[in-house]
Amino acid sequence: MIVLPVVLGLLGAALALMQRRAGMGIALVVVVAIIACDILLVQRVLDGGPLSMTMGRWLPPFGISFAADMFGAGFALAAALVTLVVLVYSLGERAEDGFYPLVLLLLAGVSGAFLTGDLFNLYVWFEVMLIASFGLLVLGGRPLQLDGAVKYGFINFLATSFFLAALGLLYGLIGTLNMADIIGRAPDANPAAMAGVAMLMVLAFGIKAAVFPLNAWLPASYHTPPAAVSALMAGLLTKVGAYAMLRVLVMLLPAAREQLDWVLAALAIATLVIGPLGAIAETNLRRAIGFLVIGGIGAIMAGIAMPSLHGVGGAGLYIVHAMLTLTALYLVAGLVEKLTGQTDSRLMGGLYATHAPVSILFFIVVLAVAGVPPFLGFWPKLLLLEGGLGDADLRGAGETGIDWLSLVIVLALLVNAVLTLIAGTRLWAHIFWREGQEGQHSEYRSEPLNVLPARERWFGFGAVTVLVAAIVLAGLWPDWLFQAALTGAGDIVEPAGYIAAVGLAGGGP
Amino acid sequence: MNFVLAGLVGLFIATAIYFLLSRSLIRMLLGMVVLGNGINLLIFTAGRISNDAPPIVPGGLEQPAGAIANPLPQALILTAIVIGFAMFSFLLVLAFRAYQAMDAEDTDRMRLAEPEDAPRPPLSY
Repeated sequence: MIVLPVVLGLLGAALALMQRRAGMGIALVVVVAIIACDILLVQRVLDGGPLSMTMGRWLPPFGISFAADMFGAGFALAAALVTLVVLVYSLGERAEDGFYPLVLLLLAGVSGAFLTGDLFNLYVWFEVMLIASFGLLVLGGRPLQLDGAVKYGFINFLATSFFLAALGLLYGLIGTLNMADIIGRAPDANPAAMAGVAMLMVLAFGIKAAVFPLNAWLPASYHTPPAAVSALMAGLLTKVGAYAMLRVLVMLLPAAREQLDWVLAALAIATLVIGPLGAIAETNLRRAIGFLVIGGIGAIMAGIAMPSLHGVGGAGLYIVHAMLTLTALYLVAGLVEKLTGQTDSRLMGGLYATHAPVSILFFIVVLAVAGVPPFLGFWPKLLLLEGGLGDADLRGAGETGIDWLSLVIVLALLVNAVLTLIAGTRLWAHIFWREGQEGQHSEYRSEPLNVLPARERWFGFGAVTVLVAAIVLAGLWPDWLFQAALTGAGDIVEPAGYIAAVGLAGGGP
Repeated sequence: MNFVLAGLVGLFIATAIYFLLSRSLIRMLLGMVVLGNGINLLIFTAGRISNDAPPIVPGGLEQPAGAIANPLPQALILTAIVIGFAMFSFLLVLAFRAYQAMDAEDTDRMRLAEPEDAPRPPLSY
């Protein structure tokens, strides 16, 4: 049951590789099936708490387990939904050979990373994801893409190597890599050595998630492939890094996380502020959006730096929000680039007069990214703010009653919202509102707009509109999202249910 | 023995980082290979080197008779070697294609995705 999304993805990828002509149909059927599995999984987790299964008859902590709690199952569902939208969006375009198998492989890797209960297995899924994303990045083989892929490839391979080193050290220290078992054994280990391992993990996942001082690869590579591919990668890849950091630091190594409190807070604050500043300074449309992705990672880091129930719940909900919203933003940007035939926002302008629907979609998504109520982005930030303000007793700042660190993070969250709004609306104003390209003041554009073929138009607009409608609706009825997020955060902060589900309630052999 | 191996791990990783800091793609690739080997050696060392019996249960017994060596680090390393080799070969091909396409293997001259003469931030609005 739990491995079904992963198995289906891998099988589908193999099948789509063998039957190239039918790749599109196979991919659609498989992704819909994966979504159905994920929905069932989420329902069962909501009803009965975390689930787990173990390969073969090697009982935990020896066999490799898969375990689904609310966060894992929910993120897997969101990832599958995003993939479906991107697939539909790309139906209108001529797909490169190998696109569909790689998309399925990517989804299998992402689902595996979300659902695994074993750290070494997480490393394997990271590599599956990495190889699929390499393939997607260079499909087409333009020099621009190769340049982006070289930078992306080296730095991400380096990150997984660091993760592997951290795994080796962790295994040497406590002799297990099963997540539920680690929770039980970590407190006995040497705290200084554990802090070192945790720092190595922060470095590895920080590169993966593009946290501020480690973020340079993201705006260097995400704008090079076609818009559908960069939407998929922006939606899925950095979020898996952030999820892994949340899982490992907050759930598995809480003692070591506490030692790194200041480091994590500093990373969160820097990422929150610098991400949108980069977006403001950038003129290339998709590079600017890449910086907005980095700003969003800062919000998730804020949740990791404030691990109360609300903080973690907010981070989890933000991951779901970022998956949906940033994918939508990249897809709309793809439409804009197709219409204007340009990638630089200085050469765009006046689209509002000719394409009002696109401009409305873009505007809604920008508001959602910045976290303006009532769109989806507002609710996770609300949870994070609540977590930050109600966090004081958790940190033991009892004497003064004020926890300055949390207050600064809260302030950074608010600054991030304002800066993101400025960056997004400036892009909107440049592309849609301005009368022509930069420096021109006439009503008429000098460059004619491209007319999209009907197929491209229908699939492109349709997919984006459905995704934006989902974002708006989820923002209007957020109750169930809150519930799911707080349930998931409960599993992470108080992992007793998770340990019991894996079958190690007695403390392990 | 353990100290020698630990020192060797440090040497491998230091060499790898020196290579990776280079601007030349070929050196960076070499750095990746050395780093992978250093980390495999790290897992091997961290899994404790002992000269116990191989982990095989003799016939007729439920458990091995005496102390046995830990078989898991080798399984982990084997997986890591396979994955690392796949990644390395991909990067090798990628670097070669990039060299063909851009006629450069110096990362300072690979500036297609991030142009050197980047425009200044827009001033309107």
